Amino acid sequence: MKQFLDMVLIGISAASIYSLMAISMVLVWRSTRVVNFAQAGMALLSAYIGYELVARVGNFWIALPLAMILGAAFSAFIEFVLMRTLQKHSAQGAIAAIAPIIATLGLLGLIRAGIGFIWGHADVQIEAPLSKVGFTFGDTTIVMSPMGLFVLLFVIELMIIVSIVFQDTNIGLALRASAYAPEIAQLAGIRVSGIRTLGWAIAGAAGAAAGILQTVNGTGALSPESLEFSLLLVFGFIAAVVGGLESLPGAVLGALILGLVLAAVQIYISGALVFIVAFLLLLLVLILRPQGFLGSKAGRRA
Amino acid sequence: MLKINNLTVAHGAIRAIDDISFSVEKGQLAAVIGSNGAGKTTLMRTLSGLKSAENGTATWLDHNLLHGKPEHHVRQGVSHVSEGKSVIAQLTVEENLDLGALWRRNRDEAWATKEEVFTLFPRLGERRKQLADTLSGGERQMLAIGRAYMSRPALLLLDEPSLGLAPLVIEQIFQSIRHIVDSMGVTVVLVEQNAMGALKIADSGVVLNLGTIAASGKASDLIADPAVRTAYLGF
Repeated sequence: MKQFLDMVLIGISAASIYSLMAISMVLVWRSTRVVNFAQAGMALLSAYIGYELVARVGNFWIALPLAMILGAAFSAFIEFVLMRTLQKHSAQGAIAAIAPIIATLGLLGLIRAGIGFIWGHADVQIEAPLSKVGFTFGDTTIVMSPMGLFVLLFVIELMIIVSIVFQDTNIGLALRASAYAPEIAQLAGIRVSGIRTLGWAIAGAAGAAAGILQTVNGTGALSPESLEFSLLLVFGFIAAVVGGLESLPGAVLGALILGLVLAAVQIYISGALVFIVAFLLLLLVLILRPQGFLGSKAGRRA
Repeated sequence: MLKINNLTVAHGAIRAIDDISFSVEKGQLAAVIGSNGAGKTTLMRTLSGLKSAENGTATWLDHNLLHGKPEHHVRQGVSHVSEGKSVIAQLTVEENLDLGALWRRNRDEAWATKEEVFTLFPRLGERRKQLADTLSGGERQMLAIGRAYMSRPALLLLDEPSLGLAPLVIEQIFQSIRHIVDSMGVTVVLVEQNAMGALKIADSGVVLNLGTIAASGKASDLIADPAVRTAYLGF
């Protein structure tokens, strides 16, 4: 029973961070049809900015939203400068489909190198603002800590905000319309290119939150070569694909499935198998259900 | 009025529209007919800003239609319903309509326009919370026209609204289009393969053939013209 509870808690905690990364990938995919590999770099950069802000402001609770805003601005800047330029200059032939994706790989390398140049290659540390020791009930200590609980609640709150924005506001309607049918949206008077940039901005904010929360909830250490951030990208991508790559609820569902499956493997079988299972899951989904679980037409709401 | 002068539009090396000129008076319904590949859709996409022209001019009142994107033209009173029931299947009926008026500052007026659409097409009002995906072909076409109308156009460009619809539904859609012209003062350019049906409700007509104008004039004259009858009306 204790094992099962641990599995659920570990799974949900991991899922909350994967889901941020996954919705970030889905938003970029929906608005520009680009799988953005640089998202790992952008999240890492945001985490460094978070680190810098914590050092300067001295308060994590101010640094977190500030870093998210800066992450959004950086992401919007990338879309505005890099993606639009690419679209103009390599709009024809086979390269048109590949160029933006390869460009995001280039950008990933560039961001990591830039981080190394600015902050150096040695680890830097973000202090966790809350305790990472699990809650204790009587003589049992569960794996959920105050920090972990904050991460979970914060992500749930972000998801609620995102779903309200997408379902119940004019901006959300414009975002959905531009994603489903850019030409019709344009004919209806939506400034689709601006909406596209906005999609990237929201993705940037979600990615920034994912990066910072993963860091403080984990070891707290950051380095330009951080393996954790590459894995965050991979897990976010797997969750997005499981959820159908188009759907925001799908991305969250995909993250939950991934988080729980990996936690089960870790607890009941072996921690060493986690990555093998994660990548097998990705391949299995791509082979058996490439449209994901919520990727069908009916699931493409929100 | 809508004035098109020496307009040329190319698809790569092919001239889809080759040096055409015609005009449509304000408050009139003009039918543009012709067979597949005559350049009808290209003409509409050029007028709404989806495609750029090689040469010539196209103006609506004082507004240059050959400059700027569709979202810009919509704000100048030019709306386009593209070919193939241009609705967004994943959005509800009401969301599709709201989309056409998102850019309008005055929400009260936008709301009033929506009520007008529901009066014009009561079936849309009954299905306002349904996904557009669940609508029949005719209802989708009503929704597409309704969405364009939500932008309060002065010039409405309709591309093949009868495509794939049953004769009875076509009749109904055509009557609604005529109503939009007569009661709401909208100028309409109606592109149709259903030449006879379109000419019957139109004030004037333009016959396109391989990118050039084969005939033009009053709709009633075109129906009576033996050459047009044999080539395009099929009798």
